[in-house]
Amino acid sequence: MNILKVLRDKPWVHSTASATLEQYSGPDPVAASQVMLRFVLAIVSVLFFLFIITFLSRSQYPDFEALAGSPWQPFTDSSRLWFNTALLACASLAIQWGLGGSRSGKLNITVAGISAAVFFTLLFLVAQFDLWLRLQSMGFYLSGNPANSYFYLLTAVHGLHLIGGLVVLTNVVFRVWYNHNIDSLKAPLQLCTTYWHFLLGVWLVLFALLTSRPETINALAAMCGF
Amino acid sequence: MQNVAIADQPDELHDPQTFITKYVYSQDHKVIAIQYGITAIFVGLVALALSALMRLQLGFPDAFDFIDPSSYLQFVTMHGMIMVIYLLTALLLGGFGNYLIPLMVGARDMVFPFMNMLSFWFYLLSVIVLLASFFVPGGPTGAGWTLYPPQAILPGTPGYDWGIILMLVSLVIFIIAFTMGGLNYVTTVLQARTHGMTLMRMPLTVWGIFTATVLGLLAFPALLVSAIMMMLDKTLGTSFFMPALVSLGESLDYSGGSPVLFQHLFWFFGHPEVYIVALPAFGMVSDVLATHARKNIFGYRMMVWAIVAIGGLSFVVWAHHMYVSGMLPAFGFFFATTTLIIAVPTAIKVYNWVLTLYRGNIHLTVPMLFSIGFIFTFTHGGLTGLFLGNVVIDLPLSDTYFVVAHFHMVMGVSPIMVLFAAIYHWYPLITGKMFDEKLGKIHFWFTFLGTYAIYLPMHYLGFLGVPRRYFAMGSTDFIPESAQSLNASITVSALIVGLSQLIFIYNVFWSLRAGKPAGHNPWEATSLEWQTPDVPPHHGNWGPQLPTVYRWAYDYGVPGAEKDFIPQNHPVTESEQTAGEPEGR
Ligand code: HEM
Ligand SMILES: [Cu+2]
Repeated sequence: MNILKVLRDKPWVHSTASATLEQYSGPDPVAASQVMLRFVLAIVSVLFFLFIITFLSRSQYPDFEALAGSPWQPFTDSSRLWFNTALLACASLAIQWGLGGSRSGKLNITVAGISAAVFFTLLFLVAQFDLWLRLQSMGFYLSGNPANSYFYLLTAVHGLHLIGGLVVLTNVVFRVWYNHNIDSLKAPLQLCTTYWHFLLGVWLVLFALLTSRPETINALAAMCGF
Repeated sequence: MQNVAIADQPDELHDPQTFITKYVYSQDHKVIAIQYGITAIFVGLVALALSALMRLQLGFPDAFDFIDPSSYLQFVTMHGMIMVIYLLTALLLGGFGNYLIPLMVGARDMVFPFMNMLSFWFYLLSVIVLLASFFVPGGPTGAGWTLYPPQAILPGTPGYDWGIILMLVSLVIFIIAFTMGGLNYVTTVLQARTHGMTLMRMPLTVWGIFTATVLGLLAFPALLVSAIMMMLDKTLGTSFFMPALVSLGESLDYSGGSPVLFQHLFWFFGHPEVYIVALPAFGMVSDVLATHARKNIFGYRMMVWAIVAIGGLSFVVWAHHMYVSGMLPAFGFFFATTTLIIAVPTAIKVYNWVLTLYRGNIHLTVPMLFSIGFIFTFTHGGLTGLFLGNVVIDLPLSDTYFVVAHFHMVMGVSPIMVLFAAIYHWYPLITGKMFDEKLGKIHFWFTFLGTYAIYLPMHYLGFLGVPRRYFAMGSTDFIPESAQSLNASITVSALIVGLSQLIFIYNVFWSLRAGKPAGHNPWEATSLEWQTPDVPPHHGNWGPQLPTVYRWAYDYGVPGAEKDFIPQNHPVTESEQTAGEPEGR
């Protein structure tokens, strides 16, 4: 659908073209859910975009101390975060695998894929939470420095989006369970998979940003005009 | 998420039977719309009562003991926030969006009915949390509807403790509610249009609501972000927005935050919000004008383009609310320019409304009166907006009553005018009864003339320098005594206008019981919502078969046609096709 072409339509010119009596029987649920997912992704992107913009703007105030760069900063060595990232990537792979299973009608692969995805996602969340505790014990409290605040805030918001995804996924699985119809799983599972990959992407962006050295952050902020 | 429950099999629709499933726990878009409508009008009345209290204080200072400076600020804040978000946004999108979108595009319901129902319950919860702040220690927040930090969360501002927290929580819940509803509206418009309903055949109402919803979905996240960060500043001591400062002689733990950052976020939401309220109003007024002038809307395509252009531009003008916060002069220039550019599509729309009336067969019904009233108030408020959009003019006028007069004309009264037009216009469809015409006209004249009696003098107060959000003027040299008598007269008008809304409420309830049956399509309108088999439409809207659309929504007064209107679901005849393009479009 080309939006410019649509906007050039002349609805007042009558044509009998649309008078074909082909029966229309309501919206297509799959297409509708896809459209909705696109909007959801757009909204979530805007949300994180705005957080990141405020992060860059706030980073230019003198009290901001990036979490990486100097030896005493927690993410100068970011191996812990790489580990967590690997967990989330595994979740993405697993759900993709499950989707493949449902496409080829293999129930056991589907179930295994979904279960693994849920498992790894939960593990990721626990690992993130453990990271919070670690930061606390190192003395990097929420209100100690804006960089800390942003770390807690952004990981929390990202985690909440994952939890939202888990709720939807559970809902889907239960419905399919009751219907005994694995075919009806394909479309919703496709949407969940897209969402999981998207949140992995968001996490990679956050990861890069939160572990950037001060010079990188300053350069990014300068690019945005702060 | 996958609750698409509207395959075209009426027997699958399970008509809800009990009172609870039918009216309370309902997934029918019409019932949800009415729930939204009633809740919104109820809080709107609360906000109206608050404005009456403020006006009493301003018109007759110190005559009322229970209004002290703190409570005045609390009234200002709650009044502003309720009016903008909980009344206008909720009623236009949750109310009319819900009711009209499925009916106008020929769908049986919203695409995700369960999520639609959740949307209403979240909205109701947000309203309850908001109103609860009247009853907590310290009362509701008095920070102004803009909630600027640092003052919003510091001692010295009323409700800096519980009040502001409840306000932020309520906003977050509202945003969740709006997002769930909004996803439904856009998806329904894009996916559930019936056969033949191309995008460009949609009535402008749907275009307005659709574009406003897209704006809302993209702009509310900015409010969400600022609400979350302010909440953390308040409760957990972070310093996103809070600079180092000394309060009541003590230096606080905050340091280094940026209050201006909050302002940017707030207005990045706040300006599109103006259009979230305005665009649905633009759309609905277009349809009411066309129907009651028995004429096609002038320049339909241009109207659509203007709606889309305004929607896009509304994201790049936000800092015109921040001229006095200080900014790089080049930015001031940029934002002044974009602000003036947005006036172009807006003016096109006004011209097109007027040209729709030109040589129309105008029926001065109540909806028509309110629509014409809207053209007046909107033009008026829009013109003062052109002044305020310029940095040099805004600086002296900022935070005076000139601003209060401007925004009430353009985004307070104008959408309210359209809402009344819309309620009177669609009342026969929603209830199946006609309202009382005479009472409606009395209501219109009180409201319309009263509006001018209230807001016209406020412009002069603004020129004199009377500041906004002030409990009392005190003895200020540059403000003459006479300003006080002007204030008293404004108050009297405001009270009259406020009371005259009782006529409306009475009319709504009285007509519900005793109004004449409206029958099918009393306004002889072309759009689909009037072509349902039952009035009011039943669950599922269309009976056994969805309608098929053959034409746009504005075939009024077509030369050679039998009647002066042809509904959208009437097939095109051979003669129409050979007649070629009609003139004047
Ligand atoms: C009869 C109707 C109304 C009356 C008498 C009225 C009166 C007032 C008054 C007296 C103020 C406070 C001015 C000040 O001290 O700064 C005010 C503020 C405000 N009003 Fe209204 N108003 C009415 C309707 C509306 C409507 C329909 C809206 C919807 C947009 C609205 C939006 C606002 C806003 C946003 C503020 C600013 C609040 C703030 O400064 O934080 N009002 N109004
Ligand atoms: Cu603005």
